[in-house]
Amino acid sequence: MNSLGEAFIAAWQLLAGFDAELAQVVGLSLQVSITAVLIATLIGLPLGATIAVERFRGRQMLIVLLNALMGLPPVVVGLLVYLLLSRAGPLGSLGILFTPQAMIIAQTVLIAPIIAALSRQTIEDAWREYEEQLRSLGARRLTAGMTLIWDTRFSLLTIVLAGFGRAVAEVGAVMIVGGNIDGVTRVMTTTIALETSKGDLPLALGLGIVLISLVVVLNALVAVIREAALRRYG
Amino acid sequence: MLPLEFSDLSYAVGDTRIIRGISARIEAGPRTVILGPNGAGKSVLMRLCHGLLIPTGGRITWHGARNGDVRRHQAMVFQRPVMLRRSALANVVYGLELAGKSRRESGLRAMDVLEVVGLAPYATRPARVLSGGEQQRLALARAWALGPEVLFLDEPTANLDPSATHDIENIINAIHASGTKVIMTTHNLGQARRLGDEILFMSNGRLMEHTPIDRFFREPASAEAAAFIKGELPWQ
Repeated sequence: MNSLGEAFIAAWQLLAGFDAELAQVVGLSLQVSITAVLIATLIGLPLGATIAVERFRGRQMLIVLLNALMGLPPVVVGLLVYLLLSRAGPLGSLGILFTPQAMIIAQTVLIAPIIAALSRQTIEDAWREYEEQLRSLGARRLTAGMTLIWDTRFSLLTIVLAGFGRAVAEVGAVMIVGGNIDGVTRVMTTTIALETSKGDLPLALGLGIVLISLVVVLNALVAVIREAALRRYG
Repeated sequence: MLPLEFSDLSYAVGDTRIIRGISARIEAGPRTVILGPNGAGKSVLMRLCHGLLIPTGGRITWHGARNGDVRRHQAMVFQRPVMLRRSALANVVYGLELAGKSRRESGLRAMDVLEVVGLAPYATRPARVLSGGEQQRLALARAWALGPEVLFLDEPTANLDPSATHDIENIINAIHASGTKVIMTTHNLGQARRLGDEILFMSNGRLMEHTPIDRFFREPASAEAAAFIKGELPWQ
């Protein structure tokens, strides 16, 4: 109990003093996860919108597959990306294994299906409501898709933030493809895992506090945005 | 692009035949009311005319169509207005821009139409926070702004109170007076009488009669129409 209390105090001191190591780890975490979310959104959103408004063979299968991929275990994603990027793998020549780029790729693979599946659901619900009206006004599929994305933008933003939350809190994938190299590929979650096993609780706890605060702030942001959007746009 | 003609028009979903071989010719001019009980196939007939559904049998012909694009010259207002999450004005502008109008032209035209339907003070309000009656007036404005030759209205007042219904009916008459052909569905006899010049009475997917409004109420030709009038207006 005593050591826990001491660890907390030490953790606060690290946070309050903007400890350089801690700041570096937090910075890399944000950089990797934000980049991954941006790329995953660029892939997942158009994909989700397309599946929502188009009718084609195998559509139902694709939806089932996407929904299943939402539950993809991070370690398995890490393993697959590792095999892809390892020296003998198909993308081995890039030489980016154990770099932040590899971590971005892994997190993108992890969350693109989440963003695609959830935005597909959101946009399809809106399409069901808007379809006749938009077709009556002469909107073609692409225009209709853009209109739907714009009209559901606040729900979609929530989805993107959920994707970020998943990325930043994930350990398995970045651990495997990043290698948890000090000063190069250490992010919050991998550092917590390592420092805990080493017994350096203050740094682990400090990072844990940052991580939890980040998730809480994100969720508060989501709630505020939704509330404001509902009041403003109905 | 009128007259509009159906020949042996049918529509079925699986084994369910919703429209069962309708033939009729709708001329330019008189306000046409498609009347009938719920489930008669009125809304489906209208969606077939507007091109939202494809007939499974028979044909729809726009005899007066000058070019192939008949969609550009018609508009439709639905029972439940579908408003985009943007301002009232932007909702009208959206339709005009899809019709190929410039942004500037759309803005001016949209403002004019909002003025006419009495929504100018609400132009900058988000469309979705307007009341049901205001939203339906906005839907009429959005359709009217396009300057259609034919306007389809599918039970436009079914969800509205008498006062909002009165506003909507006035706007429909103004649209008719401006030279647009009005074709609407209703199950409300009072509304049919107020807004109709001719009646297409439907029952169970069939067209039972196509008559001027006076004759329809005075001497309905079909037993179904007589029963419908009696059921709706039992005191007559």
